[in-house]
Amino acid sequence: MLIVKDLKVEVEGKSILKGLTMEVGAGEVHAIMGPNGSGKSTLSHVLSGREGYEVVGGSITLDGEDLLALSPEERAWKGLFLGFQYPVAIPGLNSSVFMREAVNAQRRSRGENEYDAMDFLAIAREKMKLLKMDESFMTRAVNDGFSGGEKKRNEIYQMALLEPRLAILDEIDSGLDIDALRVVSDGINKLRSADRSLIMVTHYQRLLDYVVPDYVHVLSGGEIVRSGGRELALELESSGYGWLEKEPAAV
Amino acid sequence: MATESEEIDRYISREYEHGFVTDIEQDTFPPGLDESVVRAISAKKNEPEFMLEWRLEAFKIWQQMDVPEWAHVHYPDIDFNSISYFSSPKADSDKPQSLADVDPELLETYEKLGIPLHERAALAGVAVDAVFDSVSVATTFKDKLAEVGVIFCPLSEAVHDHPELVKKYLGSVVPLADNFYSALNAAVFSDGSFVYIPKGVRCPMELSTYFRINALNTGQFERTLIIADEGSHVSYLEGCTAPMRDENQLHAAVVELVAMDDAQIKYSTVQNWYPGDKDGKGGIYNFVTKRGDCRGERSKISWTQVETGSAITWKYPSVVLTGDNSVGEFYSVALTNNYQQADTGSKMVHIGKNSRSTIISKGISAGKAENAYRGLVKMLRGANGARNYTQCDSLLIGSQCGAHTFPYVEVQEPTAQVEHEATTSKIGDDQLFYCRQRGIAEEEAVSMIVNGFCKEVFTELPMEFAVEVQRLLGVSLEGSVG
Ligand SMILES: Nc1ncnc2c1ncn2[C@@H]1O[C@H](COP(=O)(O)OP(=O)(O)O)[C@@H](O)[C@H]1O
Ligand SMILES: [Mg+2]
Repeated sequence: MLIVKDLKVEVEGKSILKGLTMEVGAGEVHAIMGPNGSGKSTLSHVLSGREGYEVVGGSITLDGEDLLALSPEERAWKGLFLGFQYPVAIPGLNSSVFMREAVNAQRRSRGENEYDAMDFLAIAREKMKLLKMDESFMTRAVNDGFSGGEKKRNEIYQMALLEPRLAILDEIDSGLDIDALRVVSDGINKLRSADRSLIMVTHYQRLLDYVVPDYVHVLSGGEIVRSGGRELALELESSGYGWLEKEPAAV
Repeated sequence: MATESEEIDRYISREYEHGFVTDIEQDTFPPGLDESVVRAISAKKNEPEFMLEWRLEAFKIWQQMDVPEWAHVHYPDIDFNSISYFSSPKADSDKPQSLADVDPELLETYEKLGIPLHERAALAGVAVDAVFDSVSVATTFKDKLAEVGVIFCPLSEAVHDHPELVKKYLGSVVPLADNFYSALNAAVFSDGSFVYIPKGVRCPMELSTYFRINALNTGQFERTLIIADEGSHVSYLEGCTAPMRDENQLHAAVVELVAMDDAQIKYSTVQNWYPGDKDGKGGIYNFVTKRGDCRGERSKISWTQVETGSAITWKYPSVVLTGDNSVGEFYSVALTNNYQQADTGSKMVHIGKNSRSTIISKGISAGKAENAYRGLVKMLRGANGARNYTQCDSLLIGSQCGAHTFPYVEVQEPTAQVEHEATTSKIGDDQLFYCRQRGIAEEEAVSMIVNGFCKEVFTELPMEFAVEVQRLLGVSLEGSVG
């Protein structure tokens, strides 16, 4: 489904990703782990089309289609979702208005009927239950004054509403206490399905106790230096990232 | 990042929609201003002697005044002798007597603007007075309003039919010598709306005036006077558009509001005069004096304005809080783009005890535009327990525009409280990307962010205008769930 080949990315002339290759099949859950500054968010942003990153080599295709040729919204319409590491606040913009527009924009792109306010309300309520969110959330502005936990829950709630085919969750676990982590992980697990692929970007293996991945990749020095199954994450936990520096990364 | 700003540029530089010219026969004075012109305007309107004298006095005062230069706006000197001071659509009689007499082209113009002049506007519950260039061409629902004693007519008519009210209130809020442009207006004003709400009456519908400048090289000087007698309520809407012309055109209006004991006036404006083209050519110079007097106890005056047009806006709707426990409010959104300049804000002058005022100002600048908030809060000695809260927020779109805040505070009363908050923010790439990642296209995303920023003001607008305003800002998110 998603194929990333020899991806090379620069930010302000500085080389960040130096030939990253990975493949994600339908329904698979991949974890990408790596120390801070290794380029995890860079990868997430490049996949979703954020400006400011220069792709200087390689390719990204989703079901054979060149993702790099599409705008961020077009990628969203294709079913790509990014759960942000730092969700941004939009003061004054009502969360429900925002999400209804997002859902309807995606439905329009597929030639489907738009939801009216009542339809949307019913669906939104159902998804909020999934994330144990309070109804009052609907009247608040997008991420405005949200706690760290609320922001992350909100990201997964949005994912639940948008029903993406490929979701990239960038450090969805950071800043969560154990209870919030459980709620968020439960939400993610309920959204797992045979036709939805997941890329979970994380610094800590803790999240992977709750959302168990099929594959684990270690990102270091702008490349994937090791890939394996669930056990690789546990190994990382006991040995830390220190060993990465001692092993010369294959060029 | 370049592409993102380009898209923003494209969005914010959309064309002006109301820029058509209506081809109808006009009766226009030659350019120039001296005493004979003032006399001629008065004669044209067949005014009673007291009005002519009032105008002549204003003219004398104006001649001794200088153009104000303190505002944060820049423009070449205006040659007041190159402007024509009167223009009206030529009708068979001097003035249309009913809608049936109105030039069909003119009706079409209002139709194009989406302004319902026909009686079917009843459905919308709005009574409309339409002012085309300098003359009021049609006022709807006069009869229905008359049943409850509400007077809603052109000021030129009120001068004849209700001279005692005009004599008593005209110039009582904005005196002749108040400022350069208001003095000019008093000398040459041609028409405008007059409203009187009798004691205890809640006006049964929204009242509304639509101003349209059409003629070339013509100044528009309308004057509006609204009096809400004891315990009465009225909500008044004002809209404005103009054709696209390469020359700058002058608009110098005066609005006076008087609220007696327990009366409430809500005055809403959507100002969409032609702003000039994207290189800053043409556009309206909008120099307006708007002031309300909360003359009675517990009276309340609210100004809500959405300013998107004009090359230059110079406007400070104000409230003089004379009565004890009176309330003054100012809610404003001013959007400037390309080379537009706005210097706008409010003045709240507290005289009455426990008088309260609120100022919420939202300035949005894009392109190379300049947007300034200028506000004065004055607490006079004796205004025991008076309070003001001021909040000024500026939003910048792109990096070539400017926002400025000039709050002035004068407190002579030790028990008075003044609170001021100000913020400046930029539509961030991160906000736009967040929206786009969710599938919301850039143009819509900008609209949503801007709309969110203006929310506290938009909720103050009457329904009739809220829709127009959202369209104006290119927004389509009505019927919110929350
Ligand atoms: N906008 C940017 N400008 C300059 N450098 C950046 C920018 N974004 C990321 N970087 C650099 O790229 C590297 C990878 O960052 P990032 O992708 O955020 O890592 P991670 O998410 O793994 O912590 C870091 O060295 C960071 O400093
Ligand atoms: Mg990161």
